[in-house]
Amino acid sequence: MGNFAANEGLSVFVILVWLGINAFLFVHFYMAFLVDRFYYTRVILGHALSWARAPAACLNFNCMLILLPVCRNLLSFLRGSIQCCSRTAARQLDRNITFHKLVAYMIAFHTAVHIIAHLFNFERFMDAQLEANSSSLPHVLSLIGNRNNESFLNPIRSNETNPTIVMFTTVAGLTGVVITLALILIITSSMEVIRRSYFEVFWFTHHLFIVFFIGLVLHGIGRIVRGQSFKSLEQHNPEICHSQFKEWGKDSTCPEPEFAGNPPMTWKWVVGPMFLYLCERLVRFYRSQQKVVITKVVMHPSKTLELQMKKKGFKMEVGQYISMQCPSISQLEWHPFTLTSAPEEDHFSVHIRIVGDWTQALYSACGGDKKGVQDAWELPKMAVDGPFGTASEDVFRYEVVMLVGAGIGVTPFASILKSVWYKHVQQNTNVFTKKIYFYWLCPETQAFEWFADLLQSLERQMNEKSMTDFLSYNIYLTRWKDTEAAHFRVHHEAENDPITGLKQKTLYGKPNWDNEFNAIATSHPGCKVGVFLCGPTPLAKALEKQCLNQSQGRAEFIFNKENF
Amino acid sequence: MGKIEWAMWANEQALASGLIYLTGGIVGVAGQLKGWEFAAFGIAAGVFVCLLEYPRSKRAKGTSVERTGQHCFTVCVKAFGPLTRNYYVRAFLHAALCVPGGFMLATVLGCVCLGMASLIYLSAAIHGEHWEPILPKTESTKTLTQSIKHPPQNPPPRPPPEMRRKRAEDLESAAYVNPIPVTANEG
Repeated sequence: MGNFAANEGLSVFVILVWLGINAFLFVHFYMAFLVDRFYYTRVILGHALSWARAPAACLNFNCMLILLPVCRNLLSFLRGSIQCCSRTAARQLDRNITFHKLVAYMIAFHTAVHIIAHLFNFERFMDAQLEANSSSLPHVLSLIGNRNNESFLNPIRSNETNPTIVMFTTVAGLTGVVITLALILIITSSMEVIRRSYFEVFWFTHHLFIVFFIGLVLHGIGRIVRGQSFKSLEQHNPEICHSQFKEWGKDSTCPEPEFAGNPPMTWKWVVGPMFLYLCERLVRFYRSQQKVVITKVVMHPSKTLELQMKKKGFKMEVGQYISMQCPSISQLEWHPFTLTSAPEEDHFSVHIRIVGDWTQALYSACGGDKKGVQDAWELPKMAVDGPFGTASEDVFRYEVVMLVGAGIGVTPFASILKSVWYKHVQQNTNVFTKKIYFYWLCPETQAFEWFADLLQSLERQMNEKSMTDFLSYNIYLTRWKDTEAAHFRVHHEAENDPITGLKQKTLYGKPNWDNEFNAIATSHPGCKVGVFLCGPTPLAKALEKQCLNQSQGRAEFIFNKENF
Repeated sequence: MGKIEWAMWANEQALASGLIYLTGGIVGVAGQLKGWEFAAFGIAAGVFVCLLEYPRSKRAKGTSVERTGQHCFTVCVKAFGPLTRNYYVRAFLHAALCVPGGFMLATVLGCVCLGMASLIYLSAAIHGEHWEPILPKTESTKTLTQSIKHPPQNPPPRPPPEMRRKRAEDLESAAYVNPIPVTANEG
């Protein structure tokens, strides 16, 4: 439990505040409909009115919040501004997608409560119309509005209809069905299985949020929630007059009550975030219009394509990512890629694994299939948005750093290691970071190739500058075929590793994290150790657990997870 | 990210619709709302759709992720053969099941969601997809990842015949020092 507060404290606080506000709004708006103004509405509907209005208020609040965590550029800007004050607060902004999902679940929950309450409301309104008994107050109330210049209370005006038809003929009902259907389609296409396998389905369906927000704003314009008007309340007190409904208007103590609808409130909640999100999309569009030139294309083994590019005014930090679009392949698709170049270089680069339609098309467009030289003007036009900040930016703020990358997840660390080399070797600036422990877990040998080149060059440079203890790296091969295993055993004694060609031997299997963390904690007592991971969730869980449990030697492990 | 298998999304949508249909039906019956007979149908249809849609299909390309405990459902659904394999049948079935839901307010949402699922299944069927059961593999492939830290200390086993033949052609690389002393078999 040693590091729990440091790692999770702010997240827990934010969640508690958010839940608290939800609870407060629910209770407050529940009570707001128990006042005299809605006395007659409650005569017909009972508490179902409050049960519908309370989640509606929570829905307003959550729909306001949901757009904010996905304003990437705004968050990057905030992150940059907060970073000087508090690293913890800046790290909190990395969990934006988690928060977005939580808010989405809350919206789904409140939608369910709201709909169920309204099912009863519609039923009760219908019953009141159908009663045809002039001794029943609900029926008498429902009749108000039939004569000229009368304002109605019961939105169901005739007894020859049914709730389903009413729902489809009122603005509130129709928009309600449309936006709920949009919400459900968004949720089902956002399931992890769909999102991880078919990003395009997820991304395009998610744009139904536009339908959702338009419908949401229009949902209340019919003013279907009605209560007594304030003017009428002054003359007609429902507490006193409700029992004398047969004599309303006949004497002066109780004139006919007058009703008015509540004005729509939702737009006040959501107009701000909608505007911010619109700005976000405009910023993304503007940034994508700036000219990007591909300066070099390198085809690595294991189907990895490296693109080196230049863009005017492009500034990056280590471990950031960019969003790329290729109009000749698809006008609408933007794909995120981690930057593998260091900020000190004169270009920026990405390493792209060719796994799907878009990446395959990019490979062809860059001349991967052609033999011979590709002319510069034949390279496709690219649009780049970003760079966007991620956890790796924080690396140099820690004295001791553990970098763990699994497979292709090592890419952000390529940028860090290159930057390390430039900073120490070329510029000799005093860097706060004193020691880097680098772990690369890889299931297959082929993926080593392009990164091995980088490590080889680093190894050489470090040897020349006698700096070998700055960076300690461990490469773990987690799977191998039997035929390969024979080769390893035979070459076990060779000077250079048979797979990577590096002097540091490749290790087999998975690392023993207990030992690794213990060793680091013992070597660096009293330090804050930053642990950075780019890899699969089970590994994240294992490392997170280690960070929380390790308190030996009073070294504090702070966990940062990269996610895509 | 390969080509889209529409059936995967249709499956998620249909499962969600089944739950919504079921919930609407329960509210309709429990609250004794008008037209509760349709709500009762909604409960039955919702349960049926959930049972039918719970087992995920095996993907044509890529790894399939099972839902927890779906094996018994897979066996049941598989038993219906072509009825459950074909997505045109499913599209039509969902369309038919959703219609009664439109007559009662509590089940309207289940009706439109199931209708959407039916359309997505139709798209899947047009693209030639079909349902395949996920059945457990006969041999276990779990032995690949072992958490050992050092390579084995024993000498390598004899390589498979193909490799042996190649080594005979290239005697230089075939030679290695045998750690176990070899004595001649006298007599």
